[in-house]
Amino acid sequence: MSKINAFLEEWTPYLWEALIETFQMVSISLIISVLIGLPLGVLLVLTRPGKSLDNKYLLGFLNVIINIIRSVPFIILLFFILPFTKFIVGTTIGVQGVIVPLVVFTAPYIARLMENSLLEVDRGVLEAYEAMGIKTKDIIWNVMVREAKPSIILGLTIATIGLIGATAMAGLVGAGGLGDLAYRFGHLRYEPSVMYVTVAILIILVQGLQSIGNFAAAKLKKD
Amino acid sequence: MIKINHFSKTYKTKNGQIDALKDVSLEVQKGEIFGVIGYSGAGKSTLIRCVNLLEKPDSGTVSIDGTDITSLSAAGLLQARRKIGMIFQGFNLLKTATVYDNIAIPLKLTGVPKSDIKERVDRYLAIVGLTDKQDAFPAQLSGGQKQRVAIARALSHEPDVLLSDEATSALDPDTTDSILDLLLKINKEFGITILLITHEMHVIQRICDGVAVMENGEIVEQGETIEVFTAPKHGTTKKFVNSIFNHQLSDDVIGSLSETGKIISLKFTGHSSEEPALAVVAKKFDVYPNILSGNITQLKSEPFGSLLVHFKGEESETQKAINFLENQGIQTEEVMKYEQDKRIS
Ligand SMILES: Nc1ncnc2c1ncn2[C@@H]1O[C@H](COP(=O)(O)OP(=O)(O)OP(=O)(O)O)[C@@H](O)[C@H]1O
Ligand SMILES: [Mg+2]
Repeated sequence: MSKINAFLEEWTPYLWEALIETFQMVSISLIISVLIGLPLGVLLVLTRPGKSLDNKYLLGFLNVIINIIRSVPFIILLFFILPFTKFIVGTTIGVQGVIVPLVVFTAPYIARLMENSLLEVDRGVLEAYEAMGIKTKDIIWNVMVREAKPSIILGLTIATIGLIGATAMAGLVGAGGLGDLAYRFGHLRYEPSVMYVTVAILIILVQGLQSIGNFAAAKLKKD
Repeated sequence: MIKINHFSKTYKTKNGQIDALKDVSLEVQKGEIFGVIGYSGAGKSTLIRCVNLLEKPDSGTVSIDGTDITSLSAAGLLQARRKIGMIFQGFNLLKTATVYDNIAIPLKLTGVPKSDIKERVDRYLAIVGLTDKQDAFPAQLSGGQKQRVAIARALSHEPDVLLSDEATSALDPDTTDSILDLLLKINKEFGITILLITHEMHVIQRICDGVAVMENGEIVEQGETIEVFTAPKHGTTKKFVNSIFNHQLSDDVIGSLSETGKIISLKFTGHSSEEPALAVVAKKFDVYPNILSGNITQLKSEPFGSLLVHFKGEESETQKAINFLENQGIQTEEVMKYEQDKRIS
């Protein structure tokens, strides 16, 4: 008992700090990634042949860019785009420095997930709204995104979990977080209990997120 | 009201070109229910989707109430479409919205003032008889109820015309009838002109004033339902007309009977009464008419019947009898063997 107490006393501040850092990195980059990824996903759907913005050049361009970024592992991307990161936020270290690569990594992923969700929306409903004389932009938000919402939420859950995984490598640029804590103390300084506890926290986080995502999606889905 | 002039539409696919519409012209009068019937792939959906330009015809124009829809600007088309209701085989409701919202959302998006929306939704839900379902989601409704919601959604924009793309094709016979009755009711009460497409004769028979028969992208016959059906000229029209009567007669029976005389199918509408005519024939000519099968059905305007009669007797006498019947306004046609599907029965 006293052992546990001593452990908690020693490590709680570190764990707490790491957890906050992870939350920061995940939430900030998730928000920015959604702001970029969702419109990109919409664009990927609407520029398809026969759709309202039919444009094979733009579609081809987007596909190539997204595929290129998606084929680079995060740890390589992190270093590869250092100059870009510096240009955007003025630094390459700390939480700030890691947000840029996290967004570059996640936004295209979200775009693909959104594209998938939006494509599932029944063509017939879109057509019915077109036939009623409703503007394309209104159809996008009130029909496409609305009908795809349950699927979009499941997609975002997957993206968030991927993002948590990616933040584990953020320690490499001094941004901290749970992954960094587990690596530095658990592995480098040989404190296995710290590693176990962080891993346990990560498991709980991921499980919890997935459950919330599933629940929200089921709640929104009406069929 | 709806005037289609020389519509043509060709789809280019990997396997070559498909001429979905070949110089199709059609006119639907104000207040009329007009049906286009044809087999699968005839081009019916393409035709009706070209009316509100969900599909763009390669050439040809369509005007509604004098407005040329094909020449409108994007903004003009948006406005015009708001007065053209459309219902579909697949209902096309929002799955994630309640019945109420399914009607209210499009109203909001087409700029109906907020204060009017509730009143309109309530009114049209009452008309289709679904007031008690307003908080249900589409998944909780039957097919017929979903189509009613779709009809209420279309009516709530107070359109001048309603386009129906196989609206009853996914429904069972009883539900089909209830939806057809509803269409008939809105046609009568609101004077909405209806253009519908279908592959079911029953739909044409029950509610259509006018009909066009389509095949391979062409209209092969059109006119008033009663005219077209009592005197079908094209093979496809004949097939459709026969499908309502469904006399079952095997080739064997036809074969053995035709040794002693012709088998003739007689078609008559409410005005011509066949019974005395046949009795007169038996008396006047040296033939023995024998009714093999008979059926009377109801067209929208009047009863429509078909009799399959075996005329035992000499060919020349039979011919005289046939001429006599024709003069009485009865359509006659000989039934042959080995022509199961072209057969007139
Ligand atoms: N988008 C398209 N691309 C290529 N070919 C098409 C397209 N839409 C329709 N066609 C072809 O055009 C022809 C007419 O199709 P249409 O859907 O109008 O037939 P239909 O009479 O409505 O048939 P059904 O009763 O099966 O609905 C068919 O041969 C079909 O394969
Ligand atoms: Mg069709």
